[in-house]
Amino acid sequence: MRVWLLAKREFFATFDAPTGYVVLALFPALAATLFFLTGPFFALNEASLRPFFATMPWLLVLLAPAITMSLWAEEKRSGTEELLLTYPFHLRQLVLGKFFGAWAILALALVFSLAVPFTVDALGDLDWGPVGGGYLSVLLLGGASLAVGLFLSSCTDNQIVAWLLGATVLLAFNLVGLAATAASMPPTLGQLFLALDFGNHFQAMTRGVIDIGNIMFYLGVTAFFLVANGVVLERRRWS
Amino acid sequence: MLPKHAGVAEVAAAQPPVVRVAGLKKSYGKVEALRGIDFEVNQGSVLGFLGPNGAGKTTAIKILTGYLAASAGRVEVCGVDVAEEPLEVKRHIGYLAENNPLYLDMRVADFLHFAARAFFLTGRQVQQVVDRAVCCTGLEEVYRRPIGHCSKGFRQRVGLAQALLHDPQLLILDEPTNGLDPLQVVEMRALIRELGRQKTIIITSHVLPEIEALADRVVLLHEGRKVADGPLGGILGQDLAHCLVRVCLRCKPEQLRTVAEEANAVWLEERPQPFAGDDLAAATLEVAGADGLSRIATVAAQAGYPLLELAPQTRSLEYLFQNLKQGEEK
Repeated sequence: MRVWLLAKREFFATFDAPTGYVVLALFPALAATLFFLTGPFFALNEASLRPFFATMPWLLVLLAPAITMSLWAEEKRSGTEELLLTYPFHLRQLVLGKFFGAWAILALALVFSLAVPFTVDALGDLDWGPVGGGYLSVLLLGGASLAVGLFLSSCTDNQIVAWLLGATVLLAFNLVGLAATAASMPPTLGQLFLALDFGNHFQAMTRGVIDIGNIMFYLGVTAFFLVANGVVLERRRWS
Repeated sequence: MLPKHAGVAEVAAAQPPVVRVAGLKKSYGKVEALRGIDFEVNQGSVLGFLGPNGAGKTTAIKILTGYLAASAGRVEVCGVDVAEEPLEVKRHIGYLAENNPLYLDMRVADFLHFAARAFFLTGRQVQQVVDRAVCCTGLEEVYRRPIGHCSKGFRQRVGLAQALLHDPQLLILDEPTNGLDPLQVVEMRALIRELGRQKTIIITSHVLPEIEALADRVVLLHEGRKVADGPLGGILGQDLAHCLVRVCLRCKPEQLRTVAEEANAVWLEERPQPFAGDDLAAATLEVAGADGLSRIATVAAQAGYPLLELAPQTRSLEYLFQNLKQGEEK
């Protein structure tokens, strides 16, 4: 209930600033543009959304930090962090409240992007099973990306710095798998890099393989960064 | 057991203190912001927390509210240890932070509803307490307005309203008139004075007349240490060996200087004449207690200068601060 109160505040606060509207408009617009205009959809002549979902990790590199950049950084800059931290909330409630508020914004952006599968369905015979799996994957990947962004937002009082850090770290999480393929890479390290690659897990899921390991990976990354976020806040009390 | 006709002050003193601070220390890296302070605040009193900038007032307040953790020492609010049960302590405190941080994009009404729910109020209670706080702080006019569109005075009232929502036992106001214009300062002080009749209040300020106007007891901090604690009158009159006196004689200024020297008084400043006339001289002197005062009267009479004014002055807190600073420089 307490988490819900905070999540609701964060969700509606997004609409008090232009950033929220920009994210909500850009996400579906970019996803549709990349899919229909620059992607191979028409060349494939197939009612498939796999190219659509393939763009999602890259979109999230830009948009997840845009959702989270203000969540702690702005609170710290404006001083409202003190207000929030002197209200009777547990730190975990504050962190989870912000996380779920941000996740709800992402979910809303995904709802707007449903225009794409409905259009494809109108053009051909779309199999909705993989679409559901795809959206679940984006939600999980998005959750992990938001947790990374939220953690980095708690490390600074500058929104732009928070966005840059978030985008850089998420880009690294999406490219780390490429490093694993380098010839000079020791096999153990290569496996570790592959295991950490956001896109690697995501592609497996969008192929329709809902593997518990992939789900646990995203949930684990999310939990790790949310705990790290709590640690940053607690440490600040002692600094 | 209290006597049957015990007064309000006696009843308050008989109850356990609302705030109990013992050996409180806080360091920021190598900088010691608080070096072991102790104080108590009894129920129903208004405590002025005073000190020059950097004295440690805000740090102490932030520890009391649970925002910062203490490096050492013990802080209890309403008998609950802040370090052990911070959430329980926060429920007893209404806090107006320095610079009054608020969500400027939110409407006043939405913000107060959120704050009420943050303090575990639910259902109809929320609207009731919001209405009460809005009425108490005079926010009706801006109730539906985004906070960012409100004047500084109204924002300060919003900050105060959110601190009052849950009817806290302890109200902590950190520089509550900071940045307000003179009229708003008067309004805010009146509001705080009204609240002081019902609640225990800790108010910090470096605007000294504010504390003089509002607090019935003062804790004076300097460089992280408590240097004075007691009723304001007591603190101001602590230095009885050196009291200030306003003097006005019918003589020339240089003759007044001579009188001061002969009476062993310290010349502090020449003052504008308090009465009309060409042959008057006025000054502020520092003398040694009541004997010093009578010596001025005697010397003036012996010299044949009629005495028009000889008035001991209450020491201002500015003087105390000045002394602290001078001590620092030495």
